[in-house]
Parts: sequence; structure tokens; C-alpha cells
Amino acid sequence: MNLTHEPIEGEHFVIQSETTGDQWEIVVGLEVHCELATATKLFCGCPNMFGDEPNTNVCPVCLGLPGSLPVLNRNVVELAMRLGRALRCSVEPSVFARKNYFYPDMPKDYQVSQFDQPINIDGWLDLPDGTRVGIERAHIEEDTGKNSHSGGSGRIHGADYSLVDYNRAGVPLVEIVGRPHIRHPEQAKTYIDELRAILLATGASDAKMEEGSLRVDANVSVRHVGDPELGTRCEVKNLNSLRSLGRAIEYEARRQVDLLETGERIKQETRHWDEGAGRTRDGRSKEEAEDYRYFQEPDLVPLVPSAEWIAAIDAAMPKLPAARRVALSAASGVSPTDPAVVIGVQRNLDALALAAIAAGGDGRRVLTHVEHNLAIDGAETLDASAFAQLVGLEIAGQLTATQAKTVLTEMVSSGRTPDVIAAELGFEAMDVNELEAVIDAIIAECPEEWADFCSGDEKKRGKLQGFFTGKVMKVTKGQADGKSVAEILGRRSA
Amino acid sequence: MSVPSTAIEIAAAVRSGELSAVEVLEVHLARIDEREEEINAFNLVLADKARSTAKAIDARVAAGEDPGVLAGVPLALKDNLCTHGIPTTCSSRILEGWRPPYDATVVQRVAVAGAVSIGKTNLDEFAMGSSTENSAFGPTRNPRDPERVPGGSSGGSAAAVAAGFAPLSLGSDTGGSIRQPAALCGVVGVKPTYGMVSRYGLIAFASSLDQIGPFSTTVADSALLLEAIAGHDARDSTSIDQPAPSLLESLGEGVSGLRIGLVTELMGEGIAPDVAARVRQAAAALEAAGATITEVSVPAASYGLSAYYLIAPAEASSNLARYDGVRYGMRVDAPTTAEMNAATRTAGFGDEVKRRIMLGTYALSAGYYDAYYGKALKVRTLIMRDFETAYTNVDLLLAPTSPTTAFKFGDKTADPLSMYLNDICTIPSNLAGHPAMSLPFGGGADGMPIGVQLLAPALAEATMFRAAAVLEAAAPALDEVWS
Repeated sequence: MNLTHEPIEGEHFVIQSETTGDQWEIVVGLEVHCELATATKLFCGCPNMFGDEPNTNVCPVCLGLPGSLPVLNRNVVELAMRLGRALRCSVEPSVFARKNYFYPDMPKDYQVSQFDQPINIDGWLDLPDGTRVGIERAHIEEDTGKNSHSGGSGRIHGADYSLVDYNRAGVPLVEIVGRPHIRHPEQAKTYIDELRAILLATGASDAKMEEGSLRVDANVSVRHVGDPELGTRCEVKNLNSLRSLGRAIEYEARRQVDLLETGERIKQETRHWDEGAGRTRDGRSKEEAEDYRYFQEPDLVPLVPSAEWIAAIDAAMPKLPAARRVALSAASGVSPTDPAVVIGVQRNLDALALAAIAAGGDGRRVLTHVEHNLAIDGAETLDASAFAQLVGLEIAGQLTATQAKTVLTEMVSSGRTPDVIAAELGFEAMDVNELEAVIDAIIAECPEEWADFCSGDEKKRGKLQGFFTGKVMKVTKGQADGKSVAEILGRRSA
Repeated sequence: MSVPSTAIEIAAAVRSGELSAVEVLEVHLARIDEREEEINAFNLVLADKARSTAKAIDARVAAGEDPGVLAGVPLALKDNLCTHGIPTTCSSRILEGWRPPYDATVVQRVAVAGAVSIGKTNLDEFAMGSSTENSAFGPTRNPRDPERVPGGSSGGSAAAVAAGFAPLSLGSDTGGSIRQPAALCGVVGVKPTYGMVSRYGLIAFASSLDQIGPFSTTVADSALLLEAIAGHDARDSTSIDQPAPSLLESLGEGVSGLRIGLVTELMGEGIAPDVAARVRQAAAALEAAGATITEVSVPAASYGLSAYYLIAPAEASSNLARYDGVRYGMRVDAPTTAEMNAATRTAGFGDEVKRRIMLGTYALSAGYYDAYYGKALKVRTLIMRDFETAYTNVDLLLAPTSPTTAFKFGDKTADPLSMYLNDICTIPSNLAGHPAMSLPFGGGADGMPIGVQLLAPALAEATMFRAAAVLEAAAPALDEVWS
């Protein structure tokens, strides 16, 4: 591909053709399937559990045995509506429909879903940078089982035999269909991050992409910059990580631009992302368009949540990520779009940060730790006042940044207070006179380097700053404060 | 005492200890031994299991307990009702060997009421047919004349009661599958209001139309059985959330002051003259008992058959998709999954089932949905509206059950449409979700039984049964030839 790209027009990702000079814009709409975190399945009482022995969480209903009938799980409706309202959707009277197609992992050979009358419609999701992505719908449907193919190639064709695990069959899903308002691969990743934060905040799902409880399909098209019409889209599946999502969108957009630039047309189709090869491939070849013969599920009655129920959900709505960023920003004095604030909320550590700030911790330092040093298990169990105390020691110069990180990690794993840990590790503020003596000794040992440091050559000075700081740290076993070292070096060389 | 013929009398005698359930059972098993080979009402007779059930009931009576309102009454189950650990076939090869791991709600309820299940009865495959000729295990014969069909699809359940194999049986009615065989065999058959009886464990043909109901020789026995099986079931989302109706207590209240309408559209073309005449005779009997008889029009009823043969196959095409060879029942191996699915379904389903799957698949297909399935749903709405209008002026409707008496084997198998026309009088009630019942009212010109049909608005079973009791008392003998 002889195409280059450069970000222009702010957030838009533009592909510029070297041959024609044309500028192409990416248009992405995401469809997200997420498993709802209910105790039981959508239509029966079987446990909704990941990772159990195959075919142990099954019954006549989720196996679709002849004569069995579905009964809607009220808690699924509750979580679906909670998510819908968090996404600013309108909750509507809805019906279930059957999506008919043959597949061995689907016990009834139809999937119960919602088609023309979904429960949640017309909402939106605001990204941290203020971009608003429309939500077309967020509807309820059942998950399928899982096939595994043994022998041969390990794929369905050529396998010696196939096994099906129906534990996942009938697990409740919500499919969140976003409007094509995304213009950049990074924006797609941010959208998923934000959606995941909302799913966690509402308790709707554990939203684990790696366990498949959150699955993303991307509808990708391209168009000339400024063209109001949407191009023909391809649906890219098999995106197992955020990294795959970003790479797949970019690859697919470039593929489409290449085709269009050579005068070809885009065929609307499903394509599969191959992470190893770094490309998308055509899906199963279908001789004819898929016809799912949707019709209203006669075994279920229309779902009409009462106004009281919806009002109760609104009243109990937890604080959502956007509002939490504003609160964290106000308390810390750091901008709501600052990565530390965004990540703090995404990691669900904003309550801790707020409490630490309330306990007297410096806002910026607290958030710096949240952003860089607390991506560890158990971080949320940290005692806020101890966290504030740690930040206090750091601000007072009694702990260096490096030492503070070490102490913090130990605080999370042991639950002990920072002063105790610092004393045990021998971390204490060095006397300035002692530090000056150490530095003078090092200068005396390295006269040539010191001469260069003082020569006025900024390049050399920059390089040697690290050299001297490193020596000081080695001698002091890391207890020297980096800032003080720089200050003393500066004074000595003046 | 000798074993009486009705369930009410049998249950009373068993509960009082006058008769043992075992004695009752043996009398019925002896009749089965005598005639079943000829009639073929059953896919499976559960003699041993029934004997142990009967013994347990007798033990409870001996211990001073009350085994329930159906104590010791032999009862036959249509073989599309799931029975725990007992083969349930829908008279299809595709389910051969499958044993459900659970009982249908109705099977549990009749057991709780003390009934003794004696077997699984034959049916048109997956309840698709009007003669039981579509069974993979051979047709059932009409006990009144073995040269003739018993009707269908619940032909085995109707024949079992008509032959005296059991005083009670259960069937399912999607477009007339209880009422039409009841008429042809000369017994009582009831399709309750949609949602009155749980469908949990009834293997679906067309979910929005299917309803389980009783067969019996008397109106009171059907009332007894319906009371025992009706009532809300949390396992069926379409089950009506109210308790079973009281039918027996008002059975003798008569029809004085009731307004009953003869359905104009179901009395004209296509209805045999003897059948129409018996229906008019029934109307006269009701009038004599104090009811007001008028002619009432339900215009959209004329389109019921067309709408039904789009809606029912559409639902069936989806309901029967699960028989794919992957999980249970028959499997015909093939190199790929899709080929295995196709080979299994080709070998496992009979012609009529295949015909309806194709019809339904077509009716739901992109580009045809609006013209076929969508339009049929609109007709269904119109039928409901026309019934609603009719019921502003009358309490019940009266019509034939079947256009003719029982026909001979093979008479209608060559032309599916002529077979479908059998259900022209019964289908509207299924589309509307309303109750309806057939009861014998004399014989036709050929001496075969004729059934008259009472139709009622939703949940008006009690009124319907009152009128049925009046007709039963006035009915000519089953074999009285119409002349």
C-alpha cells in the first residue's frame, strides 16, 4: 500500500493517497455484545457461570429440549434497563423475536433476540474528550453454546469430531449498537473503555474482553473527507482485544481505500480479523444473503416495564464515569480530560483518590500514583488516610518518588502504614549536608566528566546529568531525592 | 361392583374404597388386549407402570388418604406430551428413542390428581394432520368403523376413549386436533382458552395456537379433567395468571336466557347436509331449553383456513428446526454438519411435516413475509375483532365441528388441500385463542357420529359447558342414522 496518513482536523483519522492525493476519512460504528452479570441464565434457572465443566450448567430449557419453554429472568430486564438508562436510552415496550438459522452451538436452531422492537433505543455515550457517540439500540438476546473441533486442522472443516458445550447457551446478552459516529481507531478504543466503565459502574457486566463477556464487532467504511454520504461498510469480527480493534479498523480502512482508489467497489460483507497476519479476511462464503426469517417469539409475551420500574432504576442509578471524572477533577484540581482522571475512573479508583484527597493528600500526587502505580490487584483496598500520609511524606521530601512507589506497593500487599514500611526499608530523608558530601566526593572521582558537565555544552550536560544522578543513587542506595541532586549539581556547576 | 364407564363414577368408587384402582385398570387393559391390535390407538401401552401406579393409589386409599379427584381413573396421553424417562415420539422417526428427562406440567397434574397413565397415543406426525394417517407408526382406526379414520391429529386419544381403553385422554389442539377427532369418533373433546392449560412439556407444533385439552365420553368428565389440568404455571409465560375454573358446580344450570348464535359462515358451502341438519337440530334443542337462537356472522372466519396455513407452518418451521441430529433422536451421519442436518431431517420427517416446514419457511422469507405471514397476522386480528363483535350480541356460538363424518382411509391423502378443509370450522377458535368444544349429536346419513361445536369467548368455559350439558341430555343416539 502506498498510502500515508496524518491526523488532521483534530480527532479525525485521515488516509491520504500518494497517488491521487485524495483524503479519506474512516467511519466506524461498533456493535458490542456483553454478557449480563446475572446469577442465572436468561430463560431458566441454570447458573450463569464462566469456566465450569462442559454441559454441567444446563437444563431442558437452555438445551432447547422438545416441549420446554422460556421464562424471562426479571433480573436480566433490570440490568438491561439500567444499562440502557446509563446510555441515555429511552426504555420502550419491547417484544422478543426468533432469529432462525442452523448452527450446532444453538440448541433450538434459532436465537431468541429482539428485532424490530428492542427494549432500549436512541441513546448516546459521551467520550472523555466530549465526543458524543449515538447509541441506536441496546437489546436483550441469548448467547449460544461453544463448539470445539478436535483432530484435523482444529477448524470445523477437516476436524475428526466436534464437541459442543452448552453451558453458555442461554446466558443473557445485551447487544449495544452504536451509530457510525467514530472517526479514529483510537476513538474506538476509548469508546470501548468508556462503555466498559459504564458496564462496571452499573453492575451490568464484568465486561472482560479476554473471557469473551464483552465482544466487539466493528462496522468500518471510508469516504472522501467532506462527503456527507456513508460508504459501503464491512463488519469486522473476531476482535479479541482493544489492540486488535484499533489495528483491524486501520487495516480494514486502508484495504477499502486501496480498492476504491483502483476503481473497485466495496462488497458489504463480514470479515474476520487475523491478529497473527495483521489483516482481515472474508468470512464464510455465503452463496446467498443470510435470511434469518425473524418473527415474534410466540413462547414469550411482550415486555412492558412499568413507568415506576423505570423511575426506580433512574433513582438508584450509580454515579456514571463522566460525572465521576468531573467530581475527581474538582477535588484534585486536575482537568477532567487528563489521563490520570480518565484512568482513575476507569480503574474504579476514583473513590479511593477522593478519600485520599479529602484526608489531606495532594491531588496531583494522588492521581499520579493512581495512574502509574496502582494498576495492581487489591489497589481498591488501600486505606485512604494511609495513602494521604504517603503522599504527605513524599511532598515533605522524606520519600523520593521511587521510594514512594515501592512503599505504596508494599502498603497494598501488606496493609501496613507508610511510615512503618519506610522505616523498615531504611527509607529516610537524607541530610542535605550528607548528600552534598556524597556529591562532592563523586565530582572529585570524575574530573573529566565534571569538566564536560560544566563546559556549557547543553547536550553534554544533559547526558552527564544522568551519569552523575545515577552515581549518587548508587552510592545512596536510591535514598537520595532526585530533585535535590539536580539542585546541588546545578549549584556546584554555576 | 362392576366398573362404571365414566371417570366421575370410577373416581368416586375408588376414593370410597368400593372399587380398587387395580380392578379398574385391569378391565381397561383387557379391552386394550382385545382391540388395540386392530385400532392402533397407542404408540406405547404402559401396563406395568400403570399397575404400580394403581397399586400405590389403592394403598393410599387403604391408608385413609384421598388420592385426588381422578383417583384410579385410567388416562391416555397424546404422544407429544413429555413423560419422564418414557419415550415421547410425536409419531415421528426423528424422535425415536428419545426419553424426556422431565414430565409435562399436565402429566404432573393428572398424576397429582390420582389418574393412572396407561399409555402414549398415536397422532399425525408432530400433530400435523386430520386423520392420523401421517403417523410414522401407522394410522389409528376409528373404533366405530375400522375402515374409517378417527380424525386427527389426536386420533389415538379420541379412539382410546371411543374404544373404552380409557375413560379419559389428553390431546392437543392447534387447528382442531382435539375437536375434529372427537367428532369423528363420537366423544367429547375440548380446546380450552389459550393459556388456560400450561403448554410446558407439550412438544410444540405452532406455539401461538397449541392448547392441551381433554377427551371423555361425557361432558362432566371433560369438565372434571379440565379442572384438574388448568391453572397458572410459572414455567409457561403464556399461561394465564389465574386459578383453574370451576366447571362442574355450574354444569346443571341450564341455558335459560343464554343467547346462542349459529355461525352463518360455517353453515354453508362445504358442510355436508346431514352435519348441517344435526347442528340445526342441536340449535332447536337449546332453544327448547330456554336459549335464544340467532344467526350470527363472523365474516373473517372464511379466511381462517388461509391464515392458519401460513401462521401454523411458519411457527412450525422454527419449532422443528431443533431436530437437527446434533443432540438427541435420529442422526444420519454425513461429512459436514450441514449435510448431516439435511440427511437427518430428510430421513426423519414424513412428507406432511416436510411440506409444512417448506410452507412456513417460505412464508417467513425476506421478500415474502409481508405478503404471506404478515398478512395472515392481520387476518388473525380481523377474526378476533369479528368474534368480539359477535359476542356483543350472543353468549356462545354454535357450529359444526367437522364438515363431514369420518372418511375412509386414503380418501384425502392424495390432495392435501381437501384434508386441510377438515379444519375449516375449528381453526377460527385457535386463531382467536378462544375455547371451543365438540360433543356427539347423533349420527350422519352413513350412521357415523356427528359432532356439534360450541364456541365461547375467552375464559367463558363455564357457560360453554352448561350449554354442552344441555345438548348432551338432548342428543340422539350416536348411531342414529340421519334421514
